[in-house]
Amino acid sequence: MTDHNGQTAGTGRAPSPPNRLRALVGVFFTIVLTFVGLTAVTFVISRVMPVDPVLAIVGDRASQEVYDQVYLRLGLDQPIWVQYLRYINSLLHGDLGTSIMTGQTVMSDIARFFPATLELATVATLLGVFVGIPMGVVAAVNQGRWPDHVVRVVGLIGYSVPVFWLGLVALLVFYAKLGWTGGPGRVEVYFDGIVEPYTGVLLLDAALAGEWEVFRNAVSHLILPATLLGTFSLAYVARMTRSFMLDQLGQEYILTARVKGVSEFRVIWGHAFRNVLVQLITIIGLTYASLLEGSVLTETVFAWPGIGSYITRGLFNNDMNAVLGGTIVVGACFVGINMLSDVLYRLVDPRAR
Amino acid sequence: MKHRLYRWFISTLCVFALSAHAATPKDTFVMAKDISDIITLDPAEVFELTTGEIIANIYDRVMMFEPENLTELTGGVVESWSFSDDGKTILFTMRPGLTFHSGNPVTPEDVTYSLQRVVKLNKTPAFIITQFGWNADNVDELVKVVDDSKFSVTITEDFSPALVLNALSAGVASVVDKKLVMEHEQDGDLGYEWLKTNSAGSGAFALQTWKANELVSMTANENYRHGAPGMKRVIVRHVAEPSAQRLLIEKGDVDMARNLTPDQIKGVEGNADVVIDGYPKGTIVYMAANASHPILGNPKVVEALRYLVDYDGMANSFLAGQFVVHQAFWPSGLWAALDDKPYTYDVQKAKALLAEAGYGDGFKIRIDTLTNAPFPGLAQSIQATLAKAGIESEIVTAEGKTLWPIYRARKHEILLARWSPDYVDPHSNADAFAHNPDNREEAKLTGVLAWRNAWADDAANALAVKARNETDVAARKEQYLELQRMLQNIGPFVIMYQQNEQVARRTDVEGFVSGSNFVLVFYRNVTK
Repeated sequence: MTDHNGQTAGTGRAPSPPNRLRALVGVFFTIVLTFVGLTAVTFVISRVMPVDPVLAIVGDRASQEVYDQVYLRLGLDQPIWVQYLRYINSLLHGDLGTSIMTGQTVMSDIARFFPATLELATVATLLGVFVGIPMGVVAAVNQGRWPDHVVRVVGLIGYSVPVFWLGLVALLVFYAKLGWTGGPGRVEVYFDGIVEPYTGVLLLDAALAGEWEVFRNAVSHLILPATLLGTFSLAYVARMTRSFMLDQLGQEYILTARVKGVSEFRVIWGHAFRNVLVQLITIIGLTYASLLEGSVLTETVFAWPGIGSYITRGLFNNDMNAVLGGTIVVGACFVGINMLSDVLYRLVDPRAR
Repeated sequence: MKHRLYRWFISTLCVFALSAHAATPKDTFVMAKDISDIITLDPAEVFELTTGEIIANIYDRVMMFEPENLTELTGGVVESWSFSDDGKTILFTMRPGLTFHSGNPVTPEDVTYSLQRVVKLNKTPAFIITQFGWNADNVDELVKVVDDSKFSVTITEDFSPALVLNALSAGVASVVDKKLVMEHEQDGDLGYEWLKTNSAGSGAFALQTWKANELVSMTANENYRHGAPGMKRVIVRHVAEPSAQRLLIEKGDVDMARNLTPDQIKGVEGNADVVIDGYPKGTIVYMAANASHPILGNPKVVEALRYLVDYDGMANSFLAGQFVVHQAFWPSGLWAALDDKPYTYDVQKAKALLAEAGYGDGFKIRIDTLTNAPFPGLAQSIQATLAKAGIESEIVTAEGKTLWPIYRARKHEILLARWSPDYVDPHSNADAFAHNPDNREEAKLTGVLAWRNAWADDAANALAVKARNETDVAARKEQYLELQRMLQNIGPFVIMYQQNEQVARRTDVEGFVSGSNFVLVFYRNVTK
C-alpha cells in the first residue's frame, strides 16, 4: 500500500517476503472491506428510500393481490439483514440479479453499458492527459505571462460551464449547423447489429471486424462527448500540473541544474516534470475513475448508453439490483485504478520499489 | 510540412462530416422517443405506453381496431363471432391461413393458450380479462378450443357483450405462438422469462432486438394479412432529451420525434422539412381530492375547487397544443364521450361555495404531484388560483415511484395526476373513477381511483354496474353519459385536460397513425 504521496509506507526499503505476504493480505482485506461497506451502504439506502420497489415492477395500477405476490417474491417481508445476506449469497455465486428496468440480468446489462462508458472515459482521459499536461507545464514555466493566463481561463471555463449546456451548444454547432460530427447515440441506429460485440467497445469491435464504415461513424459520434468530458479532465489536469510544476520549479535542485548549464528543456521535462509525475498519476487515476463512474449529464445529452445513466435510472426506478451491480463495478474501477497507480508509482519512483 | 498537416486536418474533417450527414435509409422508419419505460415485452405483463405501442405492432389480438378505421372494432385473428342466447359464451371463428413470424400457423390452440397464460401468470394487466370471472383454476374450462378453426370463451359475470369484445382488443389479448413460447419455457414459467425480451407474434412487424435504453428494432412481416408493411424496418431510438430529439429531426437523422416540448414544437415550425401533427390521446389530467380529509370530504369544497382552475388560461399558455380542456372521465373522440364543459374559472362562485361549506376564510392544504411536465406548472397555476379564494397550498413534487405509494395508501390531500384507459371501452375509466364497491380501508382496492380518494356513492356504483352489463348499445351509451355528468357534479375529481400528442415528422414520411389508446398506434402504413 502507499501513503498519500505515493511512497511506500515504512522505511522505504524493499519489503522482506513475510512482510510482502502481510502487505498482500492487507490489500486483500482492504478490498473485501471496501466491497462489504459499499454493498451494505447501498443496500441500506435502497431500503430506507421512500420509494416502493414493488410498484417499480407492477406499476401504480396493480391490484393489491398482484402487489402482495411481488412483495413476497422479492423477499421484502424478511428483515433487512436477511435480505442483505441473501443478496450477498447470490453475489458470491456471480448472480447480481435481474434488473427491473431492462428485464435482463444485471451482469448482461453491465456488460453492455460499461464498455460504452469505458470507451468514452478512456478517450476523454487521453485527451485530458495529452493536452492538459503540456498546458499545465507551459503555464507553470510562463507563470504570470499570457500562456499562463490562457491556461487558467481555459481551466476556469472547463470547471464552471455547466456540462449540460455545453453539450447542447456543441451538438447545435458541430452536429446540427456545421455537420462535422455525428449526433446523439454511439452510432447511427441503422449500423446497429452489424458489428459483433466482442469487447463491447464499439471502436475496437468495428476495427477488429474490419467494418471501417461503422468505425468512422462511431468516431464521429464519439468526438463531441469525449471532447466535452475531456475538457473537464483537461482543465483539472492542467491546473494541477501547473501547481505541482510551480512547486518543483522553485526548488533548489532546479536552480542547481540551471547553474550547471543544463538545457531548459531538460530542466523542465527531465528534472521538474519527473518529480511531479507521481502526484500526477494520482490525479489522472482519480479523474479516470470518476469518468468511469459515468457522467450522467453528458450521457443524457448525447443519448450515450453508459453506466452512469444506468445507475441513475436505477435509482429513480428503485431498481436496486441495477444500482448495486453498477456500484460494485464502479467500486471495482476505483480499486483497480488505485492498484494500477501503485504499480505505476513503483515504475516512476525508485523509492517506492 | 504545415501545408501537409493542414490538408490532413481538412480531409479528416470531411471524412467525419460525410459520415455525419447520412440520412435514414429509404426502407427504414426511424423514430426518436424516450423509451425508458420499457421493462418487458411480454403481452401478459405489458402496461406501459411505449411497450403497449410496440407490441400492438408485433402481435395481432383477438379483436382489433385497424388504422383504416379507428372507431370500428373488428376481428384480429378471428373472422367472425357469435353469442350464445344468454350472452355469456362467444364462439369465435379463426381467420384462415394466418401464420406467426416463425412460420407456425395461428390456431385456436394458440389463442386459448394466450388468454389462459395471461390469467395464470396474473401480472398487473390481467385484471382486464380476469374481471370476466376467469381465474387460474377455471380458465382452462372457460376458454377452450372447439375445433380446428373455432374456440369459445365463457364469462361468469353479466357483462355487456360490447365490453367483452372491447376488452379482447387490449394488449393482454395478444396472440402468442404457443409452440415457440413453450420451447423456451423454464420451470413452468409459460415462457415468461423468454418473452420479456423476445417476440412470438403474427403482427405487421417482428421484434429484431430490444436494447434497453438504446433502441427497439423491428423487421417487416412480409406475409402480414394486410400485405407487407410500407417499411422493411422500424427503429425506435431512445433519446431521452427532447432538445436532442429536435436536433435529430431537423437534421434528418430520424424521421419522427415523439417527445418535443411546446417550446421545441414552436422552434421547428419554421423548418420546411418538418411538419407537426396532433393526435388526441386518451390521457386525462385530473385533480383528486381525498374525501377522507376533514375539509375535502365536503362536496361543496370540491365543487369550489372546480371553479378554481384556470382551464383556458393554462390551455392557452404553457399547455398550448399539448392539452385541451376536457371535464369528463372518458376522453373526447371515443364512443360515449361527454364533451360538456360546465366549469370555468370563477373565483366569486368558488368563494360563495366555500362560505356555504363553512370555509369562507380558506384553509391550508398540500398538493402532491409528479415532477415531470406539465405537472409542476399545473400545480403552480392551481396554487395561485386557490390562493385567490383564500386557500393556502403547499406543493410537493415527487417521482411516480414515490408518489404512487402515498396515493395508494390514501395519504394525499390534493393530488394532480394523469390516467389513460386500459382498453377502448368506457367501463375501463368508469371502473376506476366511479365504481368503488367497498370503501373500507382494509378492502385495499388500490387500483381504483375512487377508493384511493376514499369516495364511494351508491348511485354511481349502481349506474356503473348497470352500464357495464347493459346489452343495448344505445342505452349503454346514455348510461355512461349520465355517469359522467354525475361524476362531474359529485365526484372527488376535478377533470381538467385531455392530452393531444404532438409529433414532429419529416415531410416525406406519410401514413403514421396514432389513436387515443396505446394499442392504436400503427407503423404498418408508413411510407417515405
